Amino acid sequence: MAPDTRGLTTEPAVRVRNLHRSFSKDGGVLNGLDLDIAAGEFVALIGRSGTGKSTLLRALAGLDRDVAGHGRISVPGSVSVVFQDSRLLPWKRVLGNVTFGLPGPGAAERGKQALAEVGLAGRERAWPYQLSGGEQQRASLARSLVREPQLLLADEPFGALDALTRIRMHALLRKLCETHRPAVLLVTHDVDEAIVLADRVILLDAGVVRTDVRVDLPRRSRSDAAFAELRSYLLDELGVDEESRR
Amino acid sequence: MTATVHVGAPAAGAEDSRADTRVVRRRLGPGRRIPYAFWIGPLLALAVWSAGSATGIIKPAILSAPWDVVVAFQDQWVSHDLLGNVLASLQRSVVGLTLGVVTGAVLAVVSGLSRIGESLVDGPIQIKRSIPTLAIIPLFIAWFGINEEMKIITIALISLVPIYVHTHNGLRGIDGKYAELAETIGIGRPDFIRHVVLPGALPGFLLGMRFAVTSSLLGLVVVEQYNATSGIGHMITLAEQYGQTDVIVVGLVLYGIFGYLADTAVRATGRKVLAWRRTLED
Repeated sequence: MAPDTRGLTTEPAVRVRNLHRSFSKDGGVLNGLDLDIAAGEFVALIGRSGTGKSTLLRALAGLDRDVAGHGRISVPGSVSVVFQDSRLLPWKRVLGNVTFGLPGPGAAERGKQALAEVGLAGRERAWPYQLSGGEQQRASLARSLVREPQLLLADEPFGALDALTRIRMHALLRKLCETHRPAVLLVTHDVDEAIVLADRVILLDAGVVRTDVRVDLPRRSRSDAAFAELRSYLLDELGVDEESRR
Repeated sequence: MTATVHVGAPAAGAEDSRADTRVVRRRLGPGRRIPYAFWIGPLLALAVWSAGSATGIIKPAILSAPWDVVVAFQDQWVSHDLLGNVLASLQRSVVGLTLGVVTGAVLAVVSGLSRIGESLVDGPIQIKRSIPTLAIIPLFIAWFGINEEMKIITIALISLVPIYVHTHNGLRGIDGKYAELAETIGIGRPDFIRHVVLPGALPGFLLGMRFAVTSSLLGLVVVEQYNATSGIGHMITLAEQYGQTDVIVVGLVLYGIFGYLADTAVRATGRKVLAWRRTLED
Protein backbone atom coordinates (compact mmCIF):
# COMPACT_ATOMS: atom_id res chain seq x y z
CA MET A 1 0.00 0.00 0.00
CA ALA A 2 2.99 2.23 0.01
CA PRO A 3 3.22 4.70 -2.86
CA ASP A 4 4.50 2.93 -5.92
CA THR A 5 8.24 3.22 -6.11
CA ARG A 6 8.90 0.29 -8.38
CA GLY A 7 10.99 1.47 -11.29
CA LEU A 8 9.64 0.95 -14.79
CA THR A 9 12.14 -1.01 -16.78
CA THR A 10 10.28 -1.03 -20.11
CA GLU A 11 8.93 1.93 -22.02
CA PRO A 12 5.48 2.79 -20.50
CA ALA A 13 2.38 2.62 -22.69
CA VAL A 14 1.26 6.02 -21.48
CA ARG A 15 3.60 8.81 -20.49
CA VAL A 16 2.29 12.18 -19.38
CA ARG A 17 4.61 14.96 -18.32
CA ASN A 18 3.80 18.37 -16.87
CA LEU A 19 0.27 18.38 -18.23
CA HIS A 20 -1.70 21.60 -17.84
CA ARG A 21 -5.31 22.11 -18.92
CA SER A 22 -7.61 24.96 -18.01
CA PHE A 23 -11.11 26.02 -19.00
CA SER A 24 -10.81 29.56 -17.67
CA LYS A 25 -8.07 32.10 -17.00
CA ASP A 26 -8.38 31.91 -13.22
CA GLY A 27 -7.32 28.37 -12.50
CA GLY A 28 -6.27 25.16 -14.18
CA VAL A 29 -8.05 21.85 -13.99
CA LEU A 30 -4.80 19.95 -14.52
CA ASN A 31 -1.72 21.60 -13.01
CA GLY A 32 1.48 19.92 -14.08
CA LEU A 33 0.34 16.32 -13.92
CA ASP A 34 2.82 13.46 -14.42
CA LEU A 35 1.66 9.90 -15.06
CA ASP A 36 3.06 6.65 -16.43
CA ILE A 37 0.99 3.58 -17.23
CA ALA A 38 2.83 0.39 -18.10
CA ALA A 39 1.70 -1.85 -20.95
CA GLY A 40 -1.06 -4.13 -19.74
CA GLU A 41 -1.47 -2.24 -16.48
CA PHE A 42 -4.95 -1.50 -15.12
CA VAL A 43 -5.06 1.91 -13.48
CA ALA A 44 -8.12 3.32 -11.74
CA LEU A 45 -8.40 7.07 -11.44
CA ILE A 46 -10.43 8.40 -8.54
CA GLY A 47 -10.96 11.86 -7.12
CA ARG A 48 -13.69 14.21 -6.10
CA SER A 49 -15.80 15.96 -8.74
CA GLY A 50 -13.92 18.65 -10.62
CA THR A 51 -10.43 17.36 -9.86
CA GLY A 52 -9.68 16.76 -13.52
CA LYS A 53 -10.30 13.02 -13.97
CA SER A 54 -12.37 13.36 -17.12
CA THR A 55 -10.17 16.19 -18.39
CA LEU A 56 -7.15 13.88 -18.17
CA LEU A 57 -9.00 11.04 -19.87
CA ARG A 58 -10.18 13.29 -22.68
CA ALA A 59 -6.65 14.62 -23.11
CA LEU A 60 -5.38 11.05 -23.50
CA ALA A 61 -8.22 10.30 -25.93
CA GLY A 62 -7.32 13.35 -28.01
CA LEU A 63 -10.76 14.89 -27.50
CA ASP A 64 -9.69 18.20 -25.99
CA ARG A 65 -8.53 20.19 -29.01
CA ASP A 66 -10.44 23.29 -27.82
CA VAL A 67 -9.07 23.26 -24.26
CA ALA A 68 -6.20 25.59 -23.38
CA GLY A 69 -3.03 24.09 -21.91
CA HIS A 70 0.34 22.52 -22.55
CA GLY A 71 2.40 19.49 -21.60
CA ARG A 72 3.64 16.29 -23.18
CA ILE A 73 1.51 13.22 -23.82
CA SER A 74 2.48 9.99 -25.49
CA VAL A 75 -0.03 7.21 -25.96
CA PRO A 76 0.00 3.99 -28.02
CA GLY A 77 -1.15 4.03 -31.62
CA SER A 78 -4.33 2.17 -30.89
CA VAL A 79 -6.55 3.76 -28.25
CA SER A 80 -10.19 2.97 -27.61
CA VAL A 81 -12.68 4.81 -25.42
CA VAL A 82 -15.62 3.42 -23.45
CA PHE A 83 -18.01 6.21 -22.51
CA GLN A 84 -20.43 6.39 -19.61
CA ASP A 85 -23.32 6.09 -22.04
CA SER A 86 -22.85 3.14 -24.35
CA ARG A 87 -22.95 5.51 -27.30
CA LEU A 88 -24.26 2.92 -29.72
CA LEU A 89 -25.50 4.45 -32.97
CA PRO A 90 -29.28 3.92 -32.73
CA TRP A 91 -29.59 3.39 -36.49
CA LYS A 92 -27.12 0.51 -36.63
CA ARG A 93 -27.81 -2.98 -35.43
CA VAL A 94 -25.66 -4.30 -32.60
CA LEU A 95 -23.17 -6.04 -34.89
CA GLY A 96 -22.95 -2.95 -37.11
CA ASN A 97 -22.12 -0.89 -34.05
CA VAL A 98 -19.39 -3.29 -32.95
CA THR A 99 -17.75 -3.34 -36.37
CA PHE A 100 -18.34 0.40 -37.00
CA GLY A 101 -15.31 1.79 -38.79
CA LEU A 102 -13.51 -1.56 -38.70
CA PRO A 103 -11.75 -2.15 -42.00
CA GLY A 104 -11.21 -5.44 -43.76
CA PRO A 105 -13.28 -8.39 -44.87
CA GLY A 106 -13.08 -10.31 -41.58
CA ALA A 107 -14.73 -7.48 -39.65
CA ALA A 108 -18.14 -9.14 -39.26
CA GLU A 109 -16.59 -12.38 -38.06
CA ARG A 110 -14.39 -10.60 -35.52
CA GLY A 111 -17.39 -8.56 -34.39
CA LYS A 112 -19.38 -11.72 -33.77
CA GLN A 113 -16.54 -13.16 -31.72
CA ALA A 114 -16.29 -10.00 -29.64
CA LEU A 115 -20.05 -10.10 -29.02
CA ALA A 116 -19.79 -13.72 -27.93
CA GLU A 117 -16.99 -12.75 -25.55
CA VAL A 118 -19.18 -10.21 -23.78
CA GLY A 119 -22.08 -12.67 -23.69
CA LEU A 120 -24.17 -11.14 -26.46
CA ALA A 121 -24.00 -14.00 -28.97
CA GLY A 122 -27.27 -14.16 -30.87
CA ARG A 123 -28.08 -10.46 -30.40
CA GLU A 124 -26.17 -9.37 -33.53
CA ARG A 125 -29.31 -8.30 -35.38
CA ALA A 126 -30.95 -6.45 -32.46
CA TRP A 127 -31.39 -2.67 -32.49
CA PRO A 128 -29.67 -0.86 -29.60
CA TYR A 129 -32.99 0.22 -28.07
CA GLN A 130 -33.92 -3.44 -27.67
CA LEU A 131 -30.99 -4.03 -25.29
CA SER A 132 -30.99 -3.36 -21.56
CA GLY A 133 -28.58 -0.80 -20.13
CA GLY A 134 -26.09 -3.49 -19.12
CA GLU A 135 -26.29 -5.17 -22.53
CA GLN A 136 -25.73 -1.85 -24.28
CA GLN A 137 -22.61 -1.26 -22.21
CA ARG A 138 -21.40 -4.80 -22.98
CA ALA A 139 -21.92 -4.10 -26.69
CA SER A 140 -19.86 -0.95 -26.32
CA LEU A 141 -17.11 -2.99 -24.59
CA ALA A 142 -17.20 -5.39 -27.53
CA ARG A 143 -16.85 -2.41 -29.90
CA SER A 144 -13.70 -1.37 -28.05
CA LEU A 145 -12.20 -4.85 -27.70
CA VAL A 146 -12.65 -5.81 -31.34
CA ARG A 147 -10.16 -3.05 -32.15
CA GLU A 148 -7.57 -4.72 -29.90
CA PRO A 149 -6.49 -1.45 -28.31
CA GLN A 150 -3.17 -1.06 -26.54
CA LEU A 151 -4.84 1.51 -24.33
CA LEU A 152 -8.44 1.35 -23.14
CA LEU A 153 -9.84 4.57 -21.69
CA ALA A 154 -13.06 4.19 -19.72
CA ASP A 155 -14.94 7.17 -18.32
CA GLU A 156 -17.19 5.87 -15.56
CA PRO A 157 -18.43 3.10 -17.82
CA PHE A 158 -20.65 1.54 -15.17
CA GLY A 159 -21.87 4.76 -13.59
CA ALA A 160 -25.35 4.52 -15.09
CA LEU A 161 -25.90 0.82 -14.31
CA ASP A 162 -27.71 -0.68 -11.35
CA ALA A 163 -25.66 -2.24 -8.55
CA LEU A 164 -26.23 -5.88 -9.54
CA THR A 165 -25.42 -5.29 -13.19
CA ARG A 166 -22.34 -3.36 -12.16
CA ILE A 167 -20.96 -6.33 -10.18
CA ARG A 168 -21.39 -8.58 -13.20
CA MET A 169 -19.73 -5.98 -15.43
CA HIS A 170 -16.74 -5.81 -13.06
CA ALA A 171 -16.15 -9.53 -13.41
CA LEU A 172 -16.54 -9.31 -17.19
CA LEU A 173 -14.15 -6.37 -17.54
CA ARG A 174 -11.47 -8.07 -15.41
CA LYS A 175 -11.77 -11.25 -17.45
CA LEU A 176 -11.56 -9.35 -20.73
CA CYS A 177 -8.55 -7.35 -19.60
CA GLU A 178 -6.75 -10.49 -18.47
CA THR A 179 -7.34 -12.00 -21.92
CA HIS A 180 -6.48 -8.98 -24.05
CA ARG A 181 -4.00 -7.19 -21.76
CA PRO A 182 -4.51 -3.57 -22.84
CA ALA A 183 -3.28 -0.79 -20.60
CA VAL A 184 -6.42 0.56 -18.94
CA LEU A 185 -7.26 3.91 -17.44
CA LEU A 186 -10.61 3.70 -15.67
CA VAL A 187 -12.17 6.87 -14.30
CA THR A 188 -14.55 6.11 -11.47
CA HIS A 189 -16.27 7.67 -8.47
CA ASP A 190 -16.48 4.35 -6.73
CA VAL A 191 -13.54 3.46 -4.45
CA ASP A 192 -14.68 -0.17 -4.18
CA GLU A 193 -14.84 -0.46 -7.95
CA ALA A 194 -11.31 0.93 -8.20
CA ILE A 195 -9.94 -1.60 -5.70
CA VAL A 196 -11.83 -4.54 -7.19
CA LEU A 197 -10.63 -3.86 -10.72
CA ALA A 198 -7.30 -2.07 -10.76
CA ASP A 199 -3.62 -2.97 -10.34
CA ARG A 200 -3.02 0.60 -9.26
CA VAL A 201 -5.25 3.33 -7.90
CA ILE A 202 -4.43 6.97 -8.54
CA LEU A 203 -6.13 9.78 -6.70
CA LEU A 204 -6.25 13.19 -8.33
CA ASP A 205 -6.51 16.34 -6.29
CA ALA A 206 -6.33 19.89 -7.62
CA GLY A 207 -5.07 18.67 -10.96
CA VAL A 208 -2.09 16.62 -9.79
CA VAL A 209 -1.60 13.04 -8.62
CA ARG A 210 -2.01 13.12 -4.85
CA THR A 211 -1.92 9.40 -4.09
CA ASP A 212 -0.63 6.50 -6.14
CA VAL A 213 -1.06 3.06 -4.60
CA ARG A 214 -0.52 -0.42 -5.91
CA VAL A 215 -3.39 -2.82 -5.18
CA ASP A 216 -1.66 -5.92 -3.94
CA LEU A 217 -4.41 -7.96 -2.40
CA PRO A 218 -4.45 -11.76 -2.19
CA ARG A 219 -8.23 -11.77 -2.61
CA ARG A 220 -10.29 -8.93 -4.00
CA SER A 221 -13.12 -9.46 -1.61
CA ARG A 222 -14.88 -6.70 0.20
CA SER A 223 -14.93 -8.78 3.36
CA ASP A 224 -11.11 -9.07 3.33
CA ALA A 225 -9.31 -7.07 6.03
CA ALA A 226 -6.67 -5.73 3.62
CA PHE A 227 -9.44 -4.62 1.24
CA ALA A 228 -11.15 -2.70 4.04
CA GLU A 229 -7.87 -1.13 5.10
CA LEU A 230 -7.07 0.09 1.59
CA ARG A 231 -10.62 1.32 1.14
CA SER A 232 -10.49 3.28 4.34
CA TYR A 233 -7.08 4.73 3.43
CA LEU A 234 -8.40 5.95 0.04
CA LEU A 235 -11.55 7.38 1.59
CA ASP A 236 -9.35 9.27 4.06
CA GLU A 237 -7.36 10.64 1.17
CA LEU A 238 -10.60 11.67 -0.55
CA GLY A 239 -11.57 13.53 2.60
CA VAL A 240 -14.67 11.45 3.34
CA ASP A 241 -15.25 11.58 7.10
CA GLU A 242 -15.96 8.53 9.26
CA GLU A 243 -19.60 9.52 9.79
CA SER A 244 -20.66 9.23 6.17
CA ARG A 245 -19.00 5.86 5.47
CA ARG A 246 -21.12 2.76 5.34
CA MET B 1 -59.98 11.72 -9.66
CA THR B 2 -62.17 8.72 -9.15
CA ALA B 3 -60.95 5.17 -9.37
CA THR B 4 -63.46 2.42 -9.91
CA VAL B 5 -62.81 -0.87 -8.27
CA HIS B 6 -64.27 -3.80 -10.16
CA VAL B 7 -64.60 -6.83 -8.02
CA GLY B 8 -65.09 -10.16 -9.71
CA ALA B 9 -67.36 -12.42 -7.67
CA PRO B 10 -65.27 -15.42 -6.65
CA ALA B 11 -67.09 -18.56 -5.59
CA ALA B 12 -67.13 -18.65 -1.83
CA GLY B 13 -64.40 -20.88 -0.46
CA ALA B 14 -62.89 -21.95 -3.76
CA GLU B 15 -60.15 -19.76 -5.31
CA ASP B 16 -61.37 -18.78 -8.78
CA SER B 17 -58.34 -18.63 -11.06
CA ARG B 18 -60.16 -16.30 -13.46
CA ALA B 19 -61.01 -13.73 -10.81
CA ASP B 20 -60.18 -10.24 -12.04
CA THR B 21 -59.95 -7.48 -9.50
CA ARG B 22 -58.35 -4.29 -10.70
CA VAL B 23 -58.33 -0.56 -10.24
CA VAL B 24 -59.24 1.25 -13.44
CA ARG B 25 -58.46 4.91 -14.09
CA ARG B 26 -60.41 7.06 -16.47
CA ARG B 27 -58.57 7.19 -19.81
CA LEU B 28 -57.19 10.59 -20.81
CA GLY B 29 -55.41 9.59 -24.05
CA PRO B 30 -57.23 9.02 -27.36
CA GLY B 31 -57.64 5.30 -26.69
CA ARG B 32 -57.84 2.42 -29.13
CA ARG B 33 -57.73 2.93 -32.86
CA ILE B 34 -60.97 2.79 -34.84
CA PRO B 35 -60.58 0.49 -37.88
CA TYR B 36 -60.60 2.36 -41.22
CA ALA B 37 -60.83 5.62 -39.27
CA PHE B 38 -59.22 7.54 -42.14
CA TRP B 39 -62.11 6.83 -44.52
CA ILE B 40 -65.01 7.69 -42.23
CA GLY B 41 -64.81 11.46 -42.74
CA PRO B 42 -64.39 11.38 -46.56
CA LEU B 43 -67.21 8.83 -46.96
CA LEU B 44 -69.49 10.99 -44.85
CA ALA B 45 -68.67 14.00 -47.06
CA LEU B 46 -69.40 11.90 -50.17
CA ALA B 47 -72.74 10.87 -48.67
CA VAL B 48 -73.71 14.49 -47.96
CA TRP B 49 -72.65 15.47 -51.51
CA SER B 50 -74.72 12.64 -53.05
CA ALA B 51 -77.76 13.47 -50.95
CA GLY B 52 -77.46 17.17 -51.83
CA SER B 53 -77.25 16.44 -55.55
CA ALA B 54 -80.06 13.89 -55.50
CA THR B 55 -82.46 16.23 -53.70
CA GLY B 56 -81.47 19.17 -55.92
CA ILE B 57 -80.10 21.27 -53.06
CA ILE B 58 -76.70 21.31 -54.77
CA LYS B 59 -77.27 22.61 -58.31
CA PRO B 60 -75.18 21.06 -61.15
CA ALA B 61 -73.86 24.52 -62.08
CA ILE B 62 -72.34 24.82 -58.59
CA LEU B 63 -71.12 21.25 -58.22
CA SER B 64 -71.88 18.25 -60.43
CA ALA B 65 -73.34 15.16 -58.86
CA PRO B 66 -70.89 12.35 -58.01
CA TRP B 67 -72.36 10.08 -60.69
CA ASP B 68 -71.97 12.85 -63.31
CA VAL B 69 -68.31 13.09 -62.29
CA VAL B 70 -67.96 9.36 -62.92
CA VAL B 71 -69.51 9.81 -66.38
CA ALA B 72 -67.20 12.77 -67.07
CA PHE B 73 -64.24 10.65 -66.02
CA GLN B 74 -65.24 7.97 -68.55
CA ASP B 75 -65.78 10.57 -71.27
CA GLN B 76 -62.38 12.19 -70.60
CA TRP B 77 -60.68 8.79 -70.54
CA VAL B 78 -62.25 7.62 -73.82
CA SER B 79 -62.33 10.73 -75.97
CA HIS B 80 -60.00 13.33 -74.43
CA ASP B 81 -56.83 11.37 -73.59
CA LEU B 82 -57.17 11.60 -69.81
CA LEU B 83 -54.38 9.06 -69.38
CA GLY B 84 -52.03 11.23 -71.45
CA ASN B 85 -52.89 14.24 -69.29
CA VAL B 86 -52.28 12.28 -66.10
CA LEU B 87 -48.93 11.01 -67.36
CA ALA B 88 -47.86 14.49 -68.48
CA SER B 89 -48.63 15.89 -65.03
CA LEU B 90 -46.96 12.98 -63.26
CA GLN B 91 -43.83 13.38 -65.33
CA ARG B 92 -43.60 17.10 -64.57
CA SER B 93 -44.00 16.65 -60.85
CA VAL B 94 -41.71 13.61 -60.61
CA VAL B 95 -38.89 15.25 -62.58
CA GLY B 96 -39.25 18.54 -60.71
CA LEU B 97 -39.54 16.83 -57.33
CA THR B 98 -36.51 14.63 -57.95
CA LEU B 99 -34.41 17.62 -58.95
CA GLY B 100 -35.55 19.58 -55.93
CA VAL B 101 -35.07 16.72 -53.47
CA VAL B 102 -31.56 15.86 -54.63
CA THR B 103 -30.45 19.50 -54.71
CA GLY B 104 -32.06 20.26 -51.36
CA ALA B 105 -30.49 17.24 -49.65
CA VAL B 106 -27.01 17.94 -51.07
CA LEU B 107 -27.20 21.60 -50.05
CA ALA B 108 -28.37 20.60 -46.57
CA VAL B 109 -25.40 18.29 -46.08
CA VAL B 110 -22.94 20.86 -47.45
CA SER B 111 -24.31 23.62 -45.27
CA GLY B 112 -24.75 21.34 -42.28
CA LEU B 113 -21.21 19.97 -42.24
CA SER B 114 -19.03 22.87 -43.30
CA ARG B 115 -18.97 26.41 -41.94
CA ILE B 116 -17.98 27.77 -45.36
CA GLY B 117 -20.84 25.86 -46.97
CA GLU B 118 -23.21 27.21 -44.36
CA SER B 119 -22.18 30.79 -44.99
CA LEU B 120 -22.63 30.36 -48.75
CA VAL B 121 -25.82 28.29 -48.82
CA ASP B 122 -27.89 28.93 -45.73
CA GLY B 123 -28.43 32.68 -46.14
CA PRO B 124 -29.73 32.59 -49.72
CA ILE B 125 -32.07 29.70 -48.94
CA GLN B 126 -33.47 31.42 -45.85
CA ILE B 127 -34.08 34.54 -47.98
CA LYS B 128 -35.63 32.45 -50.72
CA ARG B 129 -37.89 30.85 -48.08
CA SER B 130 -39.48 34.15 -47.26
CA ILE B 131 -40.42 34.81 -50.92
CA PRO B 132 -43.30 32.57 -52.05
CA THR B 133 -42.08 30.55 -55.02
CA LEU B 134 -45.31 31.25 -56.86
CA ALA B 135 -44.48 34.96 -56.78
CA ILE B 136 -41.25 34.26 -58.68
CA ILE B 137 -43.04 32.58 -61.59
CA PRO B 138 -43.33 35.81 -63.64
CA LEU B 139 -39.55 36.19 -63.39
CA PHE B 140 -39.02 32.56 -64.37
CA ILE B 141 -41.25 33.08 -67.38
CA ALA B 142 -38.99 35.94 -68.43
CA TRP B 143 -35.91 33.76 -67.94
CA PHE B 144 -37.00 30.32 -69.09
CA GLY B 145 -40.05 31.01 -71.27
CA ILE B 146 -43.42 29.39 -70.70
CA ASN B 147 -42.55 25.85 -71.64
CA GLU B 148 -41.61 22.69 -69.76
CA GLU B 149 -38.32 24.13 -68.50
CA MET B 150 -39.99 26.87 -66.46
CA LYS B 151 -42.51 24.40 -65.06
CA ILE B 152 -39.95 21.86 -63.90
CA ILE B 153 -37.66 24.50 -62.39
CA THR B 154 -40.55 26.01 -60.45
CA ILE B 155 -41.58 22.61 -59.06
CA ALA B 156 -37.97 21.79 -58.21
CA LEU B 157 -37.48 25.07 -56.38
CA ILE B 158 -40.70 24.80 -54.44
CA SER B 159 -39.87 21.27 -53.22
CA LEU B 160 -36.21 22.07 -52.53
CA VAL B 161 -36.97 24.35 -49.61
CA PRO B 162 -38.75 21.92 -47.24
CA ILE B 163 -36.17 19.21 -48.00
CA TYR B 164 -33.33 21.59 -47.22
CA VAL B 165 -34.89 22.97 -44.05
CA HIS B 166 -35.84 19.63 -42.51
CA THR B 167 -32.72 17.72 -43.57
CA HIS B 168 -30.52 20.52 -42.27
CA ASN B 169 -32.48 20.61 -39.03
CA GLY B 170 -32.28 16.83 -38.63
CA LEU B 171 -28.56 16.88 -39.37
CA ARG B 172 -27.80 19.62 -36.87
CA GLY B 173 -29.92 17.77 -34.34
CA ILE B 174 -27.64 14.71 -34.40
CA ASP B 175 -26.15 14.32 -30.94
CA GLY B 176 -22.58 15.64 -30.86
CA LYS B 177 -21.51 12.62 -28.84
CA TYR B 178 -21.83 10.45 -31.96
CA ALA B 179 -19.35 12.71 -33.74
CA GLU B 180 -17.05 12.35 -30.74
CA LEU B 181 -17.39 8.57 -30.92
CA ALA B 182 -16.56 8.65 -34.64
CA GLU B 183 -13.47 10.73 -33.84
CA THR B 184 -12.21 8.22 -31.26
CA ILE B 185 -12.82 5.40 -33.70
CA GLY B 186 -10.75 7.28 -36.21
CA ILE B 187 -12.85 7.15 -39.36
CA GLY B 188 -12.59 9.67 -42.19
CA ARG B 189 -15.13 12.20 -43.30
CA PRO B 190 -16.73 10.08 -46.08
CA ASP B 191 -17.38 7.24 -43.61
CA PHE B 192 -18.62 9.76 -41.06
CA ILE B 193 -21.14 11.10 -43.58
CA ARG B 194 -22.22 7.64 -44.63
CA HIS B 195 -22.57 6.02 -41.22
CA VAL B 196 -23.47 8.91 -38.93
CA VAL B 197 -24.67 12.01 -40.79
CA LEU B 198 -26.97 10.53 -43.42
CA PRO B 199 -28.75 7.99 -41.17
CA GLY B 200 -28.99 10.58 -38.41
CA ALA B 201 -30.54 13.15 -40.75
CA LEU B 202 -32.93 10.63 -42.34
CA PRO B 203 -35.92 11.29 -40.04
CA GLY B 204 -35.67 15.00 -40.87
CA PHE B 205 -35.27 14.26 -44.57
CA LEU B 206 -38.39 12.09 -44.61
CA LEU B 207 -40.41 14.77 -42.84
CA GLY B 208 -39.15 17.24 -45.45
CA MET B 209 -40.16 14.73 -48.12
CA ARG B 210 -43.78 14.80 -46.95
CA PHE B 211 -43.86 18.58 -47.23
CA ALA B 212 -41.98 18.51 -50.54
CA VAL B 213 -44.50 16.14 -52.12
CA THR B 214 -47.36 18.43 -51.16
CA SER B 215 -45.44 21.51 -52.34
CA SER B 216 -44.62 19.93 -55.66
CA LEU B 217 -48.32 19.30 -56.29
CA LEU B 218 -49.08 22.91 -55.42
CA GLY B 219 -46.42 24.00 -57.89
CA LEU B 220 -47.82 21.61 -60.49
CA VAL B 221 -51.33 23.05 -60.21
CA VAL B 222 -50.05 26.58 -60.68
CA VAL B 223 -47.57 26.03 -63.51
CA GLU B 224 -50.06 23.97 -65.49
CA GLN B 225 -52.22 27.04 -65.83
CA TYR B 226 -49.54 28.65 -67.99
CA ASN B 227 -49.61 27.68 -71.65
CA ALA B 228 -50.17 24.01 -70.96
CA THR B 229 -51.18 21.81 -73.85
CA SER B 230 -51.37 18.71 -71.73
CA GLY B 231 -51.76 17.76 -68.09
CA ILE B 232 -54.49 17.78 -65.52
CA GLY B 233 -54.19 21.55 -65.11
CA HIS B 234 -54.73 21.97 -68.84
CA MET B 235 -57.87 19.81 -68.61
CA ILE B 236 -59.19 21.90 -65.71
CA THR B 237 -58.47 25.19 -67.49
CA LEU B 238 -60.43 24.03 -70.55
CA ALA B 239 -63.31 22.81 -68.37
CA GLU B 240 -63.38 26.17 -66.62
CA GLN B 241 -63.89 27.92 -69.98
CA TYR B 242 -66.82 25.66 -70.84
CA GLY B 243 -68.30 25.67 -67.32
CA GLN B 244 -67.95 21.87 -66.91
CA THR B 245 -67.83 21.49 -63.16
CA ASP B 246 -67.89 17.69 -63.52
CA VAL B 247 -64.56 17.75 -65.39
CA ILE B 248 -63.08 20.19 -62.87
CA VAL B 249 -64.02 17.78 -60.09
CA VAL B 250 -62.37 14.91 -62.03
CA GLY B 251 -59.15 16.95 -62.03
CA LEU B 252 -59.40 17.77 -58.33
CA VAL B 253 -60.01 14.13 -57.42
CA LEU B 254 -56.94 13.14 -59.44
CA TYR B 255 -54.77 15.74 -57.67
CA GLY B 256 -56.08 14.40 -54.37
CA ILE B 257 -55.26 10.81 -55.30
CA PHE B 258 -51.73 11.85 -56.38
CA GLY B 259 -51.12 13.58 -53.09
CA TYR B 260 -52.55 10.82 -50.97
CA LEU B 261 -50.60 8.05 -52.71
CA ALA B 262 -47.35 10.00 -52.59
CA ASP B 263 -47.75 10.76 -48.89
CA THR B 264 -48.63 7.13 -48.13
CA ALA B 265 -45.53 6.00 -50.00
CA VAL B 266 -43.31 8.39 -48.04
CA ARG B 267 -44.78 7.29 -44.71
CA ALA B 268 -44.46 3.61 -45.58
CA THR B 269 -40.83 4.16 -46.55
CA GLY B 270 -40.30 5.98 -43.28
CA ARG B 271 -41.71 3.12 -41.22
CA LYS B 272 -39.43 0.72 -43.02
CA VAL B 273 -36.15 2.64 -42.90
CA LEU B 274 -36.70 4.08 -39.42
CA ALA B 275 -37.26 0.70 -37.76
CA TRP B 276 -34.49 1.59 -35.30
CA ARG B 277 -36.65 4.25 -33.70
CA ARG B 278 -39.18 3.76 -30.98
CA THR B 279 -41.85 6.45 -31.15
CA LEU B 280 -45.26 7.23 -29.74
CA GLU B 281 -46.79 6.04 -33.01
CA ASP B 282 -45.94 2.40 -32.32
